Amino acid sequence: MQRIGVFVCWCGTNIAGTVDVKAVAEALKNEPGVIVSTDYQYMCSQSGQQMIKDAIAEHKLTGIVVCSCSPRMHETTFRKTAASAGINPYMVEIANIREQCSWVHKDMPIGTEKAIILGKAAVAKVNLNAPLTPGESPVTKRALVIGGGIAGIQTALDIADAGFPVDIVEKKPTIGGKMAQLDKTFPTLDCAACILTPKMVDVAQNDKIRIFSYSEVTDVKGFVGNFDVTIRKHARYVKEDVCTGCGACIEKCPMKKVPNEFNLGMDNRTAIYIPFAQATPKVATIDPNYCNMLKNGKCGLCAKVCAAGAIDYTQKDEFIEEKYGAIVVATGFNPISMEKFDEYAYSQSKDVITSLEFERLTNAAGPTAGKLLRPSDGKHPHTIVFVQCVGSRCEACAEKGKEYCSKICCMYTAKHAMLTRDKYPDTDVYVFYIDVRTPGKNFDEFYRRAVEEYGVHYIKGMVGKVTPEGDKLKVQASDLLLNKQLHIDADLVVLAAAIEPDKSARPLATLLTASMDTNDFFTEAHPKLRPVESPTAGVFLSGACQGPKDIPETVSQAGAAASKVIGLLAKDKLTGNPCVAHSDEMMCNGCSSCERVCPYGAITYNDKEFRMPDRTTLIRRVASVNPAVCQGCGACTVACPSGAMDLHGFASSQIMAEVDAICK
Amino acid sequence: MSSKNERLRDEILKRSGVNPKKCMRCGKCSATCPAYDEMEYHPHQFVSMVENGDIEPLINSKGIYRCLSCFACVDRCPRGVEPAKLVEAVRLEVIRKQGANHLTADGVEAFLDGEIPQQAIVSALRKYSK
Ligand SMILES: Cc1cc2nc3c(=O)[nH]c(=O)nc-3n(C[C@H](O)[C@H](O)[C@H](O)COP(=O)(O)OP(=O)(O)OC[C@H]3O[C@@H](n4cnc5c(N)ncnc54)[C@H](O)[C@@H]3O)c2cc1C
Ligand code: SF4
Ligand code: SF4
Ligand code: SF4
Ligand code: SF4
Repeated sequence: MQRIGVFVCWCGTNIAGTVDVKAVAEALKNEPGVIVSTDYQYMCSQSGQQMIKDAIAEHKLTGIVVCSCSPRMHETTFRKTAASAGINPYMVEIANIREQCSWVHKDMPIGTEKAIILGKAAVAKVNLNAPLTPGESPVTKRALVIGGGIAGIQTALDIADAGFPVDIVEKKPTIGGKMAQLDKTFPTLDCAACILTPKMVDVAQNDKIRIFSYSEVTDVKGFVGNFDVTIRKHARYVKEDVCTGCGACIEKCPMKKVPNEFNLGMDNRTAIYIPFAQATPKVATIDPNYCNMLKNGKCGLCAKVCAAGAIDYTQKDEFIEEKYGAIVVATGFNPISMEKFDEYAYSQSKDVITSLEFERLTNAAGPTAGKLLRPSDGKHPHTIVFVQCVGSRCEACAEKGKEYCSKICCMYTAKHAMLTRDKYPDTDVYVFYIDVRTPGKNFDEFYRRAVEEYGVHYIKGMVGKVTPEGDKLKVQASDLLLNKQLHIDADLVVLAAAIEPDKSARPLATLLTASMDTNDFFTEAHPKLRPVESPTAGVFLSGACQGPKDIPETVSQAGAAASKVIGLLAKDKLTGNPCVAHSDEMMCNGCSSCERVCPYGAITYNDKEFRMPDRTTLIRRVASVNPAVCQGCGACTVACPSGAMDLHGFASSQIMAEVDAICK
Repeated sequence: MSSKNERLRDEILKRSGVNPKKCMRCGKCSATCPAYDEMEYHPHQFVSMVENGDIEPLINSKGIYRCLSCFACVDRCPRGVEPAKLVEAVRLEVIRKQGANHLTADGVEAFLDGEIPQQAIVSALRKYSK
């Protein structure tokens, strides 16, 4: 029999306001095993904890029940208190009489009755508790960052700076992400490349960082501290360590009409290409969909001109297996497709473009060498209409748009409008908005400058339709403040397209058993208190893959994710959770039911030899649980038809004792 | 809001099935509307006026007969508010008080071309039967 102490907390009036705490302590005195039962204003305070320690010493207690707030708040506190007084921390049970009782009831008698029942259940459980000792697992001191945009770059640099090796896996031929495609950046208008490329160089030169570009993660096994990851390096048909990035091959390649994705298809590249001048790694890649040699075995020009001898048409995809202690997801975002917004004539006119296309049109390394020219006829546009919230805040049509605000478009539209007026004062610029959302340091001032100093016409209203007519775009719009319908003859229409997570994020989340919201943004472990951790231990989040973000926010989150990773990698060993599943070999019939339901892949089967009473031996297939992988969810214990599977700390007998205590 | 206006508002909302609280005042309906200049109250105004029980002016407006029932506003509204259904509901408020429709069943066929949505046909018949 256990010797149990019960401690009922008032939590000020949080609990005592609706629960008669004295009555609860009194009622629980008579429960089996209870030696002492008392109440106190704040059990979690130093003096409250001392009270528990003193009682343990005085009454030689072996088990503790604290009737207080949710175990999510103070279970660790009271476990530590018990441990410091010499009791195994797993001999402590919390009866949640706040969140599940006082906060949800108004009536004192009802609240008190329920608190007593909850306390009885906890006492019944402690009577069956046994001391548990958590296991330990080693930590592989290397981190993996998936995605090499500004988020992944910053996270990798910070982790490497603390002395840990980091690998970046980037699916494109170069790191840099969307920021590499931007021209200037709000709110300071510094050139994106000028602030990004030094970081890309840092990554390339850092001997702690390896870049796997043109690569993907194809398999993830293991658990926090011990992930086994398979990386597929796509064949680029160029030997990475030999290519000098001189570009001789690009000049000679006869396949010159390949749509250039870096400029969003607004100009062409060759079949062998380097996405942009500062690409990292600066290595050529052959696009197998267009290369003549790879398609029909004819050509081979690039191999002839390459002085370094880097071209290898026989290269195959390579699979690399590596161990990591922590994984950071930094897969970023993309603008949504505009195909479904036909009212804006995106697919009918080349002069209706997205904002990201506008960035390329104004970038010195873009298709027009930085001159703002219409894609259709190369003329300078004199009237430009910007439309905000295209596909954002769109609740009616899930297959078209997104319900959320994309957060960055108000600011980049103000930037585009301001820069246009600055460079081309003869241009009329209209911005149609529903709301202008510019919270952030120096953000609203930035937007006001566009209006007050640069004379951008901000109109509260929406564009309803765009009709190409001759070389004009007829824009029909509403001005809600003037209560007028407007008709503008525009030369260029720019759509601030909503953004969405990368399409590869969903399958990646499945590999990582990391959770996502309905929009496919990765979910954080707690929206306020754990914003850079995923609920899956050892998996962290950085950048726009977690939600729409601008660069300042992305970089802060990237640094925060890095510091969490460093905290993890700095440990030599991780303490596990002892409340894991275990199977009774004598009862297990090897049916595989548990393996099928385990979301973490913690269960395996072994053939085991059993000695029978008649001295013969029998080989049987039995389940065994890897305690380091098991998260203690208990799914297997429910699935097991023979009752062989049980959980330490939450045994079926303990749960049933609680139920009995409640139903008595 | 007077109790009369409140009753009227509830009736219009029930008849149309529209929830005006979903409107985020973006004005895309009015930006889209081909009959905008002929309606003294524009689609987005229908939404907020009905929400505020300000329905008398709508009943007395010519605009309810100028609306083409093209449903462009319904199609384009990002929040699924369906302003045209409010226009239709206000129109019904007038027509139901007038008693029967002026058009006879025999006259209907001449108006059909197989392409128009059914609700558009019905509301068009009501308007042009005056
Ligand atoms: C038009 C426009 C203008 C903008 N202007 C500004 C501005 O002026 N100022 C500002 O602060 N912000 C601006 N932004 C926002 C800025 O682009 C983002 O904040 C920033 O790019 C987010 O960085 P990220 O690394 O999270 O995502 P990304 O830049 O999208 O990087 C993600 C990277 O991960 C890679 N990746 C994706 N999936 C995988 C996978 N499964 N495996 C491996 N790699 C993968 C991608 O190829 C990419 O390289 C603008 C955005 C747009 C669209
Ligand atoms: S072999 Fe392919 S990539 Fe090389 S030059 Fe010819 S077409 Fe271009
Ligand atoms: S940031 Fe501005 S433009 Fe973008 S969706 Fe939000 S409100 Fe619309
Ligand atoms: S249905 Fe009526 S209100 Fe709506 S867009 Fe058409 S004409 Fe305008
Ligand atoms: S389009 Fe919809 S959300 Fe926008 S103003 Fe009209 S009714 Fe309101």
